[in-house]
Amino acid sequence: MTLWRHTISSRPGYADTLTLWLSRGAAGVAAAVVLFILLFLAAESWPVLRHIPLLHFFTDASWHPGEGMYNLAPMLSGTLYAAAGALLLAAPLGIASSLFILYYAPPGIAHGYLRLVELLAGIPSVVYGFWGLTTLVPLINQVHPPGASVLAGVLILTLMILPTIALTAHAALSAVPGEYIRGAVALGMSRWGLILGVALPAAKTGIAAGITLAAGRAIGETMAVLMVTGNVVQYAGSPFDPVRTLAANIALEMPYAMGDHRAALFVSAFVLMLLVMMLWGLGAGQGESNDG
Amino acid sequence: MRTLPSTQSLLFAAALLLGSGWGQPGHAASQKLVLTGASTIAPLVSEIARRFESRYPGTRIDVQSGGSSRGINDVRNGTAGIGMVSRSLKPEENDLRAHTIAWDGVGVILHASNPVAALSQQQIRDIYTGGIDNWKTVGGKDAPITVVNKADGRSTLELFLNYFKLKNSDIKPHVIIGENSQGIKTVTGNQNAIGYVSIGAAEYEARQGAAIKLLPLDGIAATTMSVRDGTFPLSRPLNLVTRGAPEGLAREFIEFARSVPVHDLVEAHYFVPAGVR
Amino acid sequence: MVEHALDKSSRIIGSFRDRIAQFALCFAAFLVSASFAWILFDLVRGGIGYLSIDFLVDAPRDAGRAGGIGPILISTLLILLIALMAALPLGWATAALLVEYLPAASRFAHTVRYSLLVLAAVPSIVFGLFGNAFFSIYLGMGFSILSGGLTLACMLLPILVSTAEAGLRAVPDVYRQSGAALGMSRAAILFHVLLPAAAPALMAGLLLGIGRVLAETAALLFTSGYADRIPGSLLDSGRTLAMHIYDLSMNIPGGDAFAHASALVLIAALLLINMAAMRLAAGWQHGTIKSK
Repeated sequence: MTLWRHTISSRPGYADTLTLWLSRGAAGVAAAVVLFILLFLAAESWPVLRHIPLLHFFTDASWHPGEGMYNLAPMLSGTLYAAAGALLLAAPLGIASSLFILYYAPPGIAHGYLRLVELLAGIPSVVYGFWGLTTLVPLINQVHPPGASVLAGVLILTLMILPTIALTAHAALSAVPGEYIRGAVALGMSRWGLILGVALPAAKTGIAAGITLAAGRAIGETMAVLMVTGNVVQYAGSPFDPVRTLAANIALEMPYAMGDHRAALFVSAFVLMLLVMMLWGLGAGQGESNDG
Repeated sequence: MRTLPSTQSLLFAAALLLGSGWGQPGHAASQKLVLTGASTIAPLVSEIARRFESRYPGTRIDVQSGGSSRGINDVRNGTAGIGMVSRSLKPEENDLRAHTIAWDGVGVILHASNPVAALSQQQIRDIYTGGIDNWKTVGGKDAPITVVNKADGRSTLELFLNYFKLKNSDIKPHVIIGENSQGIKTVTGNQNAIGYVSIGAAEYEARQGAAIKLLPLDGIAATTMSVRDGTFPLSRPLNLVTRGAPEGLAREFIEFARSVPVHDLVEAHYFVPAGVR
Repeated sequence: MVEHALDKSSRIIGSFRDRIAQFALCFAAFLVSASFAWILFDLVRGGIGYLSIDFLVDAPRDAGRAGGIGPILISTLLILLIALMAALPLGWATAALLVEYLPAASRFAHTVRYSLLVLAAVPSIVFGLFGNAFFSIYLGMGFSILSGGLTLACMLLPILVSTAEAGLRAVPDVYRQSGAALGMSRAAILFHVLLPAAAPALMAGLLLGIGRVLAETAALLFTSGYADRIPGSLLDSGRTLAMHIYDLSMNIPGGDAFAHASALVLIAALLLINMAAMRLAAGWQHGTIKSK
């Protein structure tokens, strides 16, 4: 059936040719955007890379662009801490949410809860950041100053990526064929046994894809993290230490950066991009190996 | 079913061209001037710009804050007609011309409820480098100090570092902020925080109800008064910067910003008008 | 006897495990709902008292501590229009090409899909840097509504293409065959049959795109700037509602009250859009099932 779309042999008229070429042009532009982004990041990073070897971005004493020190490693660690912490919390909560909807909640509650998760997904990051700044940070400050910390970042990111994980897990679990479930029930498996033994294994590719997606979002998130993590460039020794993430660094310093400093920020954008693309490649590779 | 598919296609094509191209640039105001730079100066200049616009209809002055170095950068590359720079120009910036519109100081701020009333230069240096980490060491209550520092590239940071003979890499901060107002907001929100901001901004916000207080520096009160009579040690000019001699709208605006009719605005922001000092 | 006892004890353990699982899942769902309620409660409590018609139409005064958000709503709308005007034709034309004109195995189709997938993973702050370097500086648009809108248009492409693609694919082939049997050109079939049939999906994509634009902050920081006045032209700077919330909460002491109120307005708008999108998506799925 699909073949038909491409083998149909109607006489191409003027309008047809025009539409085809315009769409080709549009698709070309759409595809070129990513190349353009990479090109511009590279071009803007070049001035600093020309006289500062790439290695310095990981071996300098710290990040003090004013003093010619450009170590990105502490911020890379901050990014990974915050993202990993959020994943650690959001993955179980998100998967649990989808299981709750599908297997435990009465229909009315399940529907309501699903709506709620969808609503959570629609709240803008700046609102999460604002709430974190006015509610969460002062709260953590009472336990352990200064409040703006990895922990605050982790908690805010958890709320932000949880819906992604829950919704993709929900979709993946709903797609598990009914026969599997009925078969398991006929075998007398308990509900939890059914979930662990049948549903989760059958849906694991979809769930993993959702987690990868969420990880990408956590790594790239800027505003919410910028507002709650304190933005100190350091390796965090405890969850109560402030950190700066790569994305927050760009947002914080870009308005005042010039020359090498500005170019170094483009380098950090490049590193961020690589990180996200690596993750995405990982997810895609996983999907492919599972398909094949 | 409608006919004329080719007309439809053409419309589609037109939409494509329009959409993927430029949209409509629209009509710019007849005379437009863009100012970018120091967040210390931006609020004042916005007010001056508003008065300027109402006095000279048909002009439009856009003010964007973002730090002194951005002001210099934008003037050099032509993004802005005038840069706002909250310090004197450096020797390597002699391609630019500075027009001082006001004077300001940089003051250390604490939360209004903090019992500490004064800190010596050495104490401030120790607090910022992590040698003193509890308020009780300097006569306050038993609580850890939250050190608020500015992000790299800010002239307030440069002035502070110069005056206290510190390097930014020596400072052990707990929170890093961008704008003055963000510093004030951080200190209002944390009873144990210490920060440094423009005195003008601090007095202005304190008057608006922000719970902060300015500490004296080397025994001299951090007020507009001491900046005005020149006794406050950590003071600086607030400059409008142009590439070469200003012309046209830029010149008119700079003249206006230095004139007596805007002194009330300068003073309302707790700065000292340039001619007075 | 022994066997029977074993079976029984394992069943007891099983049901015990089931109980714990059930409790844990319900607790997770409760935790998520409670956090959501907490955020919403804080926002409503902080902002509801300041909401009024005047707030929606007045200009902000005193850096946003007084007045309203009128000019900000106008800037938001303009940026939204620019982004959609640029992204919709590009995105939909690309989708039409991918589904209707190119065979699935085509190299070009593969490249376009691949680059759109990567584009979807790019963090918004990287879009912001790119927009600053390309639109604002390289093309000389400066900090303007135009530059911000076009940056967001790049960001919207992946969503628009993927929703339109799914919508077009869901149109049964019978439609194409009947069109061809009537002697219509392919362009005519596309415009008169397929696009109308896929309209709900296109609408859903459009609404998702609008939601994305309204929620965005990081990509606009260095492209649209944040002047809080009514822009006189598309080359003037303007701030969106999300940027306004960011500025009030981070930079303005005493700005929290109006930040709360602005956040309420933004969330209300996003909820309405989300709900409309979901209604459409549901109706569209329903429709395709019926037509099959």
